[in-house]
Order: sequence, then structure tokens, then C-alpha cells
Amino acid sequence: MNLNHVLWAVGLAILIALPFLAPPYFLHLVIQILIWAFIYTAWSLMGRFGFVSFGHGAFLGVGAYVPALLWNYYGLTPWLGIPLGVAGAVLLAIVVGYPCFRRRVVGHYFALVTLALSQVVLLSLVAARDITGGSLGFTQKAVGHSWYALQFPEKGYFYVIAVLLWLAGLAAWRSIDRGIGREALEAISEDEDAAAAVGIDVMRQKMRVTIVSAALTAVGGAIYGQYVMYLNPETVSGIAVSLQIVFAAIAGGVYSLLGPSVGSLLTLSLTEGLRVWFGTDYIGAANTIYGILLVLCIIFMPQGIVGSLQGMRRRGAIAKPLVTLDRQSATRRPSSAAQ
Amino acid sequence: MLTVEGLSKRFGGFLAVNQVSFDVRAGEILGLIGPNGSGKSTTFNLIAGNLRPSSGSIRLDGREIAGESAHVVCHQGVGRTFQIPRPFRKLSLLENVTLAAFYGEAGRISRLDAERRAVEALGMVGLPSDAAASTAGLGAAALKKLELARALATKPKLLLADESLGGLDRAEMERAADMLLDIRNRLGITIIWVEHIMGVLMRVVDRVIVLDHGEKIFEGKPGAAAADPRVTEVYLGKAQA
Ligand SMILES: Nc1ncnc2c1ncn2[C@@H]1O[C@H](COP(=O)(O)OP(=O)(O)OP(=O)(O)O)[C@@H](O)[C@H]1O
Ligand SMILES: [Mg+2]
Repeated sequence: MNLNHVLWAVGLAILIALPFLAPPYFLHLVIQILIWAFIYTAWSLMGRFGFVSFGHGAFLGVGAYVPALLWNYYGLTPWLGIPLGVAGAVLLAIVVGYPCFRRRVVGHYFALVTLALSQVVLLSLVAARDITGGSLGFTQKAVGHSWYALQFPEKGYFYVIAVLLWLAGLAAWRSIDRGIGREALEAISEDEDAAAAVGIDVMRQKMRVTIVSAALTAVGGAIYGQYVMYLNPETVSGIAVSLQIVFAAIAGGVYSLLGPSVGSLLTLSLTEGLRVWFGTDYIGAANTIYGILLVLCIIFMPQGIVGSLQGMRRRGAIAKPLVTLDRQSATRRPSSAAQ
Repeated sequence: MLTVEGLSKRFGGFLAVNQVSFDVRAGEILGLIGPNGSGKSTTFNLIAGNLRPSSGSIRLDGREIAGESAHVVCHQGVGRTFQIPRPFRKLSLLENVTLAAFYGEAGRISRLDAERRAVEALGMVGLPSDAAASTAGLGAAALKKLELARALATKPKLLLADESLGGLDRAEMERAADMLLDIRNRLGITIIWVEHIMGVLMRVVDRVIVLDHGEKIFEGKPGAAAADPRVTEVYLGKAQA
């Protein structure tokens, strides 16, 4: 029983007690923090190995819109709609990921390709406004409390769902750590040729982690949609959300299990806090301060908040490169096989 | 065991390997030598699947492997080292080699077995195998040993050792040569040894192939190589000038 166990126990106790003690607004905030924490964790499954995707807004959007559209137009239960959305996101991940990995698109170029992907999904959602409501957004048909429709006006239900989802995200992270997958992905992120030379199927490993990451992100998008019952292309797809995911995860720390979650906690609390504090007097001020704080955080704590704190606790144990976005700055390196 | 026929590699307009053919017999140590830039490492990259041949055939025990992916060639039983060591710096020594043991068998062994094999391989080359040992601060000789341990851990039947022992002193070179000999004698692994300095290599190899400008200019016993006028001209002439 070490300090870590105690912290986990205290944390879980607080999570269990929360719905009974917290006022609804606060609970609403916590649910959002948990859902986004799950999404940021899903992104970090790739991000922690230097595969920096700016395309997760696309997976989020597909995951959120597919079940919502199927529900409104065909009355299809989200229990089927969500898997279909996830399948769509996975398909997208394969269509974009496969050629990228095949042609060794890494670093900046990978970031650009994926950035384009998230914008393509946003523009498609806006363009199909007859079906999706375009930039006005899309509201699911509400039927009150229903398991079939996965709609619960009482916050308690979504609170439990959000907690389970978040724990599932942490479990996915741990499952990579437990096997030999972490070492394989670290090796790949460092040197694909050397990794292949010891028998690692680089393509397959990268595809797998990408698919898992995209699928979980789509699930996150779907649950978010079911919870807020309103979708807008700007808030669940496109460059803005992709950046939000990348920044929050990196600010929290992509090398630590709880880093992305802390990123979610801090960014959402900060946004809410600044919004309440500034009210409507200085529109834009909250966003500016938010942006500045984020930039400072990323510059001065390159391993993220959690990573930096852990670093202080056991100096020297973590020795990761400072800049996370750019572990393989070279794009396709056909010539690097020599020597 | 390995049959290379008409192997060529073109980089743009430049022929790095030109119509090279040779055989490797099971159990031998074959020296592959030649001056800088003669195409030795490129030949290795072609066999190991890191590069795709422009033309030619590479058969391993009768099975065509030219153009296969590097991990597939590894699974077929070809291990390789890189001339300039490419350790995974974020992993410990043991993790580096465990990874090779695990994936070298295409993940068909347990992690525990992989680790056991890694400890063995590290012991064989004389590197520490405790979990804490890291790659930080390893010198040139130790990094070469790590390359070797990683290749051995994949359980190869054919080892492509791109040694080019630059950066090592005389005694370290001799030890490296002994180690290759030991690997062949004790583990029965067939070896192609790339080197551009002839001296140390000649003591250990059974046969030698000499490349110059991507072409094979000699094949035969080490003793005969030293006496061959073409080899002396393009190779020894340069090296000793
Ligand atoms: N990926 C590549 N792209 C273009 N040219 C290359 C590439 N790899 C090797 N070359 C060129 O091919 C030639 C052969 O290189 P190679 O590395 O095979 O030589 P080598 O015999 O291993 O030399 P050394 O003894 O210096 O290691 C060189 O002129 C090199 O510049
Ligand atoms: Mg070379």
C-alpha cells in the first residue's frame, strides 16, 4: 500500500460521493471533464509515442453525428448507432492512416494531413446542412428517460457512464503498458528501420494504435452527443476541436496515465472559471487569457503538468525530449536505411 | 543458404550496387569488403529488406526474399546490425534486446521467455543485463555490442554484421572478431561480415568478396585476395596509400 494506492482510493471515494453532494451545475461540469478526459486519453494513446494527430476532431465528429442522425431519421437506437459511428471513424482512420504510414509521413507532415482530415469532416457536416442542420447545429429528438434512446435527463446516469468511460480509457492506456506494446511503439517512434530490423511489423503496430485511438475518440464523441443532446460542427469536429484535444492533452502531460485527465480538468475548469469571472463584460478576454496560460504551460512544462510534478518527485527518472511534437521531424526518410 | 543473383540498386542516376551475385554457404563466415562507398551497406539493406532492389534476386534457402519487408526478412531468420548503431534510446538495454527477442519470433513467445533470451544475448556479447542498465553513456564498442545482442536475440540463421570497426581500437577490433567467430562456432550462425579494413577480418573469415563501385571484383580465399592484382589496386592500394 503506497502513496499511489492511497491517492487512487481517495480519488475514487470522491468520485463515488460526488453525485450525492455536488450541485447539478457542478455535476454537469464534472461529467464534461470526465468525457473529455476520456477523449484526451484516447488521443494520447498515439500522442505519447510522438504520433501527433490533428485529425481527432474528425473521429469525434463522425462518432457524434452518425448515431444522432440515425436516431433522428431512422429511429435507430444509439446502441447500434454508436458502433456504426465508431466503424465510420475507424474506416476514416484506415483510409488516412494506411497511406500515411506506408509512405512514412511523420512529424509535421503527418500533423498537416490529419489537420486537413478534421477540416474535411467539418466542411462536410456544414455542406450537408439539409441533413445535419449545418452550422446551426443538430438536436437529437428527445424522448425523456430511455435506455433504448440512451437519453437520461437526470445527470446521475450520465455521471456513472462518464466515470466508467473514463476508467475504460485508463484501462486502454494500461493495457498498452502491460504487454510489450509500449516498448514496440517507443522503438518505432524513435527509429522505424531499426524497429523493423528486429522483426517489428511497424505498419501493423501503428495501424493498431491509431485504430484504437480513433475508435475510443468516436465513442467519446457519441457519449458527449447523447449527454448534451446538441451537436455543432464547430464543437465536435474541425481544426478547433482537434487543437483543443492536442493542447489539453499536452498541457496535462501525454507521458503520464493521468496527464490527459488533468489536462481536461484544468482546461475545462479554467474555461468555466474565466467565463464566470469575466461574465459578458469583456467578451474574448477569457479566451485570450486561456490561450496565454496554455502557451506558458506548454513552454515551461513540456512534459505536461503531471509529468513535471512526477519529475519533481523523482528527479531524473523521466528523461523525455523537450519538444513532443517533433520526435521525427524528417518526413519520409527513404535514405535513412543506409548505414 | 543465401543466393544473390544480379542484384542492383540505383539511387537516381547512381548505381550503388551493380549486378552483384554470390552464394553464402551454411556455417561459413563470409567477408564482404571494399573501400568506402563501394556498396557494402547498401547490399545489406537490400538483403535485410530495408531497401528494395532495383533488380535481381535474393533467395534464402530457396525462398525469394527480394523486396520483402524488413520485419518479414527478420522472421525468415536474417538478423542484421547497423554500421552506425541505432539503439532505442528511450528503452533500457534489456528492453532493447527483449523487444528483439519477442518480435524476432513474431510475438510467438512469452515476454518472460523473450526476457530470458535477451539476458542470454546480452551475456554473450558481454553487456550488463540488469533491468536498470540504460543506453545513456555507452561508448562506440558497447553500442556495437548492443547491435549484435539485438540481432542475436532474434534467433537468426544468417547474421549480417555491418561492423566497419571504425571508432574501435586494435584490441577492441580483435575482440569483436573473436566474438563473431564465437557466434558462428557456438551458435552455428552463418555470418556475412562487412568491413573496410582487411587486417582483422582476414584472420576470421572463410571466404571473402570484394566490392568496388558497386561491382564484385573478387571472390575467394582471404589469402588469394591479398595476392589479387585488382584487389590490391582498388583496395589495398588505396587503403595503404
Ligand atoms: N539511400 C541512399 N540514397 C542515395 N545514395 C545512397 C543511399 N545509400 C547509399 N548511397 C550511396 O551509395 C554508395 C554506396 O554506399 P554504401 O553505404 O553501401 O557504402 P559502403 O560500402 O557501406 O561504405 P562504407 O565502407 O563507408 O560503409 C555511396 O556512394 C552512398 O553515398
Ligand atoms: Mg557501410
